[in-house]
Amino acid sequence: MVLGKRIGKQSIKLDSKPKIISAYSVVGPKEGEGPLSEYFDLILKDDLNGQKSYEKAESSILYKAITECIKKAKIQETDINYLLAGDLLNQISSSNFAARDLDIPFIGLYGACSTMTESLSLGAMIMEGGFANYLLAATSSHFSSAERQFRYPLEYGSQRHPTAHWTVTGAGAMILGKTGNYPYISYVTTGKVKDYGITDVNNMGASMAPAAIDTIKQHFQDTGRGPGDYDLIATGDLGKYGKDITSKLLKEYGYDIEKKYIDCGDEIYGSSQETNAGGSGCGCSAVVDCGYIYKNMLSGKLKRVLILSTGALLSTTSSLQGETIPGIAHAVAIEYGG
Amino acid sequence: MQVKENKIKEKFHKVTDESSPKSKLAKNCVYAFIVGGLICDIGQFFYNLLISNGVSMEDTSTWVTIIMIFIGALLTGIGIYDKIANFAGAGTVVPITGFANSIVAPAIEFKKEGYILGVGAKMFTIAGPVLVYGIGSSIILGVIYYFISR
Repeated sequence: MVLGKRIGKQSIKLDSKPKIISAYSVVGPKEGEGPLSEYFDLILKDDLNGQKSYEKAESSILYKAITECIKKAKIQETDINYLLAGDLLNQISSSNFAARDLDIPFIGLYGACSTMTESLSLGAMIMEGGFANYLLAATSSHFSSAERQFRYPLEYGSQRHPTAHWTVTGAGAMILGKTGNYPYISYVTTGKVKDYGITDVNNMGASMAPAAIDTIKQHFQDTGRGPGDYDLIATGDLGKYGKDITSKLLKEYGYDIEKKYIDCGDEIYGSSQETNAGGSGCGCSAVVDCGYIYKNMLSGKLKRVLILSTGALLSTTSSLQGETIPGIAHAVAIEYGG
Repeated sequence: MQVKENKIKEKFHKVTDESSPKSKLAKNCVYAFIVGGLICDIGQFFYNLLISNGVSMEDTSTWVTIIMIFIGALLTGIGIYDKIANFAGAGTVVPITGFANSIVAPAIEFKKEGYILGVGAKMFTIAGPVLVYGIGSSIILGVIYYFISR
């Protein structure tokens, strides 16, 4: 039996319908004060999570999300065949150190903030190939560890640009399994790296929008679906302004997604939280997907959802050397009921 | 499809310019002026206080510098300076309190990497360029002044 087939240029149809049997989200205190707070599984009171450094804190938050997700699925750590995880820090250290304490074979990924759907896409393919009974896809980010690596020391006084993002402190994890009545993955569209020449590191939304536009367009072309086939299309962390660009330019390709479209970064914080363009980081789409979207699917409010985590593939060196910022976006279609 | 993407690419820059808000220059200038001015007032207050207590003008300049650096460092240490700076912008960067902030902030931050390769090596990551070009340009001006004033 040949399961799964490539469709179109960049997509895969998953006949085995890998099920998302469990999802867990952990967020920091600021995210817990935001409008989506009721959907998160755990809201931390202390963004250091009892650790000595923010890097250790991020790793511990990811570990927490993974272990709680396993508990929620009522299976054992050793039942899981693969852990696919990544984060923003150099050498994906948060994921490596979280995996150190786990008894699960580990594949480390880097896709910047696109890691949630990157890990989920690869996970779905592994499931489709029959190479795993259970696998775990996870990612994390932390405001303070990201600031340290990509911007200035925390206490340094500088003005935030109006288009700047606020890195989400949080981690999300999803377990894929073969059976049961759960939301399942039907299609995966792997994105290409797109770079339309943005150099401003304070305008991540614009740098990632071309990748999101391209992947959404390609997903529709490959699957023959359109905006009308989805209850919700959720990009990862384009923020207010990147979302606007994406929505406007997709119309040029003939797709009007405006009514179905949200951006996780735009949704996670309230307008009074002074996050400018909105949230960003691997954790942004992870906690919104694992929290808000997954829970709304379970309750039947959402039946067909297209999630795209979006990543800006820059490094601190590349931007200093005047390189433009390439973006990436991977799409995963999740369905339940209906 | 490539033709289409090129068209989208052209449109992208137009849409991006329309969608992305610019920094509010006038508002930022006013805030910077007010907060920067207030910091200078505080400095002037200590200056007047010391002078009226009979401290010599030379010693007063030194003391005011020390006091202002202390205030900058203290506000950085208790996590207030960055909040004022987000509002005031250049108003908190230009005065000497901003210089203190730019050294104390990394010093606090990199303590976790140890006192030598953390604090020691990273303390001047922000202030370093200011020192290099500040001292460098002083030397050049000094040399020019030396020849002009002969």
